[in-house]
Amino acid sequence: MDGFTPVSALIGGAMIGTSAALFLILNGRIAGISGILGGLLASPSRETGWRVAFLAGLVLAPLAYGLVARLPAVTVGASLPLLAVAGLLVGFGSRLGSGCTSGHGVCGLGRLSPRSMAATVTFMTVAILTVLVTRHLIGA
Amino acid sequence: MRTVSAFAAGLLFGLGLLVSGMSDPAKVLGFLDLVGHWDPSLAFVMAGAVAVSALGTLAARRRGRPLLAPRLEIPTRRDLDLPLVAGAAIFGLGWGLAGLCPGPALTLLTVAPAQAATFVAAMIAGMLLVRLVPEPATDRDARRGGIRPEARGA
Repeated sequence: MDGFTPVSALIGGAMIGTSAALFLILNGRIAGISGILGGLLASPSRETGWRVAFLAGLVLAPLAYGLVARLPAVTVGASLPLLAVAGLLVGFGSRLGSGCTSGHGVCGLGRLSPRSMAATVTFMTVAILTVLVTRHLIGA
Repeated sequence: MRTVSAFAAGLLFGLGLLVSGMSDPAKVLGFLDLVGHWDPSLAFVMAGAVAVSALGTLAARRRGRPLLAPRLEIPTRRDLDLPLVAGAAIFGLGWGLAGLCPGPALTLLTVAPAQAATFVAAMIAGMLLVRLVPEPATDRDARRGGIRPEARGA
């Protein structure tokens, strides 16, 4: 096991959960990133303000983090062409499947939605198989 | 007010991604790599996030009406259909290829601009491409049944 960090993982996870909880209690909406961004692309209307604000908060988070502590190291191993292919699949799949790691994983599992449970099991399984194939069968 | 609370929620979400390590693609891939040097950290991220999100759902439902909006907009569909499973599978393939999903990709825009912008631009293109997929009859029926279109965007 490399770099196992259960404490910061649990704290960070609770922060993500708190964001989702606050957003539901205050704004009455699911904090699903693909849904918020996809909704912005689908119909720029009176719904635009809060969607842009949520996404701006997400994008500016590293700057706020950097004010109090050093940013954690980030390693993006994938090449630009691979990132483009992966991004296309993630964008298409998250909208076709009505959600991503946040909407289905965090919010959907939190309310025991059968659709979100099925989606989470599916994308986890496929992602694990993808890493198995790319790292150990092709990349070995 | 709704815009301010949305900004605060987005900021807290992004900070949570950074603190938890979920914004680091290498760490995500380390979690998905069960047969390599498996790093179970992200299971703790999910456990923490789902537990607090579950409490939030209970509180929001008990209250009934959100503090800053007219009504709760929680997806109500319970049926499993092909777009859901196929979409999740396509999403999982992309997630496993790069270790990036939508939230971390947006948060990394200021940290690893070239890589994150490439991913996000392609992701937006993918989101727009979904419109070319014909809508299944069940979705149209569900819509006629009074479920708001936003219910799709979990």
